[in-house]
Amino acid sequence: MRQLLLCPPDYYGIEYEINPWMSRARGADTPLVQAQWKGLFETLSKLDCKIELVPPRPKLPDMVFTANAGLTVGHRFIPSNFRHVERSGEAPHFARWMEEHGYEIVWLPKELYFEGEGDALFGGDVLFCGYKFRSDINSHRAVADILGCLVISVELVDPRFYHIDTCFCPLPDGGAIWFPEAFDEYGQRAIRDHLHDLIDVAPEEAAHFSCNAVVLDRDIVLPEGAPKLVATLRDRGYICHELPMTEFLKAGGACKCLTMFLPQREKAAL
Amino acid sequence: MFSETVVLRGHIIDSLILPKVLDQILTQGGDFKIGEIKIGQNRVDQSYARIEVSASTHEALDDIVLRLRQHGAEVIEKADVQLAPAPADGVFPKDFYVTTNQQTFITLDGAEIEVHPALMDCAIVIDRSARRATARKFHEVSRGMEIVIGHQGIKVVPVQRSTSHTAVFEFMSTNISLEKPKSGVIREMATELKRARKEGGKILVVAGPAVVHSGAVPHLERLIELGYVDLLFGGNAIALHDIENAFFGTSLGINLERGSLAERGHENQMRAINIIREAGSISRAVETGVLKSGIMAACVRHGVEFVLAGSIRDDGPLPEVITDTLAAQDAMREKITGVTAALMMGTMLHSMAVANLLPATVKTLCVDVNPAAVSKLTDRGSFQSLGLVSDLDPFLRELTATLAR
Repeated sequence: MRQLLLCPPDYYGIEYEINPWMSRARGADTPLVQAQWKGLFETLSKLDCKIELVPPRPKLPDMVFTANAGLTVGHRFIPSNFRHVERSGEAPHFARWMEEHGYEIVWLPKELYFEGEGDALFGGDVLFCGYKFRSDINSHRAVADILGCLVISVELVDPRFYHIDTCFCPLPDGGAIWFPEAFDEYGQRAIRDHLHDLIDVAPEEAAHFSCNAVVLDRDIVLPEGAPKLVATLRDRGYICHELPMTEFLKAGGACKCLTMFLPQREKAAL
Repeated sequence: MFSETVVLRGHIIDSLILPKVLDQILTQGGDFKIGEIKIGQNRVDQSYARIEVSASTHEALDDIVLRLRQHGAEVIEKADVQLAPAPADGVFPKDFYVTTNQQTFITLDGAEIEVHPALMDCAIVIDRSARRATARKFHEVSRGMEIVIGHQGIKVVPVQRSTSHTAVFEFMSTNISLEKPKSGVIREMATELKRARKEGGKILVVAGPAVVHSGAVPHLERLIELGYVDLLFGGNAIALHDIENAFFGTSLGINLERGSLAERGHENQMRAINIIREAGSISRAVETGVLKSGIMAACVRHGVEFVLAGSIRDDGPLPEVITDTLAAQDAMREKITGVTAALMMGTMLHSMAVANLLPATVKTLCVDVNPAAVSKLTDRGSFQSLGLVSDLDPFLRELTATLAR
């Protein structure tokens, strides 16, 4: 059974602007926030998952996006070094919670920005890592040293898709869904070289954060607004759970951003 | 060229970061040289590449490096040059760095400074306050001057073999043979002189008395008239034989028209010297109408500057000849700024002396009837010299005809 880490949205809101989605003029609707998060929680709960909750903290509205807390492989947790000071306060809370739950904490050097599972997703035996807007490419090397796996570093070029998990989602059968235009041409080539069954997401569907999906074996939990993608996935035998995520999209997040795997992998190398 | 060394580590091959970085350098107008590359053996092994990135200006280099940092390139801090004071006037410190004629940079306080001029067999003198690095000969050094020692912090940028066009310098290494067809080489030499003139570079001619003996005076005069000579370097002999020929039709007493010994011809040379000395100088002799024809007269008439360096066997010498060799070298060095092509003919002594003063970027064309003289000049390790074994009269005739066309 997969174990997931979520954080209730008690203090969630648009309190600063650190990506093109955020606008303080366009705040989140609190009852809707609660309802949408509850929808995700309940959907995941039904999918044979064990859900852990980290207590939310006031003044840290983005703690709800637990995917950015760090990267967990086996019993090791590599906490994030957030690029933006607005989010750096989250790191010690997540690290403490993970430590209390028996994980070994492996910090990266402070000068290397790294935003956890948001920028690091396993596909096959490769860890695909995004860089430029949030994580530094040099943090990827440090992660590769710690985990001893092949890390493919890809440059993100569209500020709307500032984390790799906003435009790329590996699937258990070895492929992935992705929005190619979010990567530079070298990144696109590197991904194509390592994954053979890629499903391109149309720009209008990618803009609904369709790639920001939680994949649990054959079940895929993703935001509403991607009928073409859902049809393709269903053709391949996946069960799609489409959820309203409008209030979290206002902060540039959706299903996957709200979820961290505990762990993402048992071992780095398959 | 300014340069920085950067290092890339990680899964740079699988992630295509290495090709991306190299493409980026070229796209931004820079250049690169891979110093070292270690490719991981296994899938999870990381790779390593050390790359020297260069660009024509500091700003362009900074821009490139800034971009490369985003892709994980780490800049290697450069070591400064080591310095020691000159122990006495005219003496370099032990272990002083001996310059080449290639473009050279030194690192001082972490920044690169180009050494001027690009002059071989010198030491590099540093002026910290002016942030200047100068190549200086022994006699230009005074006690206490800060001089570069060892090899640390020094970068030499060799002249690259041309790859952009099929220029004469692409076949510049082994073309001194008598057996090779000359017309093609001469045509290419003409093209090179035309290019130098078109691009605003100065053309230097270094000539020995063989130009006169071989009867090539009218062709060199013509070359001057066509505007392909900005500077003439030589010794007492070229000027003297030219002037003797102008006055008496002889060179060392040999009648150049008929090739026979003129009556009392051996006196002609001394009489020629005396006429010029009486006039005050070669220039004066031309201005007063005493000297009317020949190479030197053409130089004076067309404003071609000349430097005549003396030697121990000189007769006279003529008034303009500089008999102090260091002073002659200084005078030549002062004039060669802006020279981009040098045509050296019929004098091993002066050609070698001048070649030692020229930066490697100057294209040198050497013509001599003696293969040893040509190979000695073309074997100086520069891609920028082209040699031709030929008598000077047919060579200059064909060259001027080609240029005049």
